[in-house]
Amino acid sequence: MDFHQLWTILSTPDNVPIVLLLFVVPFYTWYALRQSFANDRLIAELEANPEMAKTHHRKVQPYKPGWAKEVHVWPYLLRIEFLAAIIVTVILMVWSITLNAPLEEPSNPTLTMNPSKAPWYFLGLQEMLVYFDPWMAGVVMPSLIIIGLMAIPFIDANPLGNGYYTFRQRKYSILTFIFGFIVLWVSMIVIGTLIRGPGWMWFWPGTTWDHNRLIFEVNRDLPDIFGITARVGKIIFGAIVVLLYCVAAAIGVHKLLTRTSFNRKILARMSVLQYVTMQVFLVIMLALPVKIMVRLLFRIKYIWVTPWFNI
Amino acid sequence: MPESNGHDAKPVSTGGTNGTPGNGNGNGHGSKVATVVAGAKQVQARAVEEIKETIKAPEKTDVWKSILRVKHDETPRSRALGVLSNVFLHLHPAKINRDAVAYKYTWGMGGMTFYVYITLVFTGTLLMFYYHPSKVVAFRDILYLESDVPFGKLLRNMHRWGAHLMVIMVELHMFRVFLTGSYKKPREFNWVVGVLLLVLTLLLSFTGYLLPDDQLGFWAVTVGTNMARATPLLGHAGPFGPQLGMTAFNDVRFGLLGGSIVDSNALLRAYIWHCVAIPIIASLFMIVHFWRVRKDGGISGPAPVVLESEIKEPRKV
Repeated sequence: MDFHQLWTILSTPDNVPIVLLLFVVPFYTWYALRQSFANDRLIAELEANPEMAKTHHRKVQPYKPGWAKEVHVWPYLLRIEFLAAIIVTVILMVWSITLNAPLEEPSNPTLTMNPSKAPWYFLGLQEMLVYFDPWMAGVVMPSLIIIGLMAIPFIDANPLGNGYYTFRQRKYSILTFIFGFIVLWVSMIVIGTLIRGPGWMWFWPGTTWDHNRLIFEVNRDLPDIFGITARVGKIIFGAIVVLLYCVAAAIGVHKLLTRTSFNRKILARMSVLQYVTMQVFLVIMLALPVKIMVRLLFRIKYIWVTPWFNI
Repeated sequence: MPESNGHDAKPVSTGGTNGTPGNGNGNGHGSKVATVVAGAKQVQARAVEEIKETIKAPEKTDVWKSILRVKHDETPRSRALGVLSNVFLHLHPAKINRDAVAYKYTWGMGGMTFYVYITLVFTGTLLMFYYHPSKVVAFRDILYLESDVPFGKLLRNMHRWGAHLMVIMVELHMFRVFLTGSYKKPREFNWVVGVLLLVLTLLLSFTGYLLPDDQLGFWAVTVGTNMARATPLLGHAGPFGPQLGMTAFNDVRFGLLGGSIVDSNALLRAYIWHCVAIPIIASLFMIVHFWRVRKDGGISGPAPVVLESEIKEPRKV
């Protein structure tokens, strides 16, 4: 165990936000899910008891029949905003007094930093570079993330769960988002920050960053394993494999989608366009973990090799 | 104090003591002084009285009324007007869902993001006084800022950590909005605006990274913009880029950096994007974002739960 190395990584000023993220994201996930489960219990209770559903105020928040539904913004909201502003200011002040912003040596194009890392919020994308070529990891995937996020409200046909925490009523969409946000985005950032060392090699927390370390990886392309050497053969073979993946993933997603009767009901509300859009984004999103697995387990670099691009 | 003004008071001061007008030089002079002193005393008494009144009830002065326009007592009407007739507060509704003011539901992340943004604009403006976006002096400006400028180090630290905090808060805000289903009808468009604001936040942070012109920023931006050369069709190392005539001197990366390497042009471009262009664009989107929050019916909840058995059939077009 090299605690010094571990401390060096954790205490690098620009890594402090990641350390913060490690605590804050699980906390808020728990905080939200706890409220979701409380609401779910109430929903189950009301579903079982239609009489109660007619009279109940339908919230888990404290309630008395005589209470007004609304309160004045001044002072009830503004005082909270004022307090929040003070607290944020204090946190920012204390953080700024105790920890200095990093400043390295003057920029020098002839002296490459190793590892040279992007700012922490882009480290997920940089980590993707291990599994995809730059055009995919650096351009196509980020664009698809942005467009996919924007598409969410238009492809979510589930009318339930608008304005309250719930898990059971939106199991599918919540699990998808948590998978995308926590598993793919946040954990890739954490890997990029805390685990990737010189040469972008994998160093478990606590091991020493060895700048002379060499790893002899035999990275193969999928067509090579099947003994396909002709260029045209590789193009056609790769296209077939990618197509097969897309079909398999789409069928898998569809199977998953239609497992419960509730989901089937929601699915029936979707237009064809909504359904296709959702499938496209989900299949592409799933391609990332699939490619990671293929790369880590089988040491396969490219699946589809063409003279113009490789996937 | 009885209603009185300067004119009413005059006869009082000239009345009683002024009874000996033709009394020669010395004495007459003395009585004149006494008159003036007495008058002054009265004016002083009045002034003290007025100041006391003003302090006791400042809301009754014309100055106060001219600034605040409406009464601020504890009636519901005044409380509502206090919010609605205030330029900074009028984006708030007069009243709000009683459960929404609890921290549990909103986490306050959107509002705090905005507050941190204001802090960043403030500290950023101050930093601009000490910074030249030129390869020759940029790094030295930072050293100067840290060692010679009063509170310069604190200023830079606050700007740096504020930026990180803003990114974290924006992501958590998005997380909360998703988990409460707040992007659903009628708030779909505002979610789209929010996604754009997230992207702008990341771009703001990223363009600021280069400005100290140190190794950290230089290589981060080099790594980041190297991706741009792999842009399909538009980058010289991307799929079908070379076939379309892309080189290192005319592709999208060249446009971003103002050159084929991260150099003085890139520094200037990052500076202008960071300090002028993106803040303006982000501010515009923020205006739309906040406006739409109100127009779409205020914040989404906490709303009463809806049961599965109550789903209405979608209206057929």
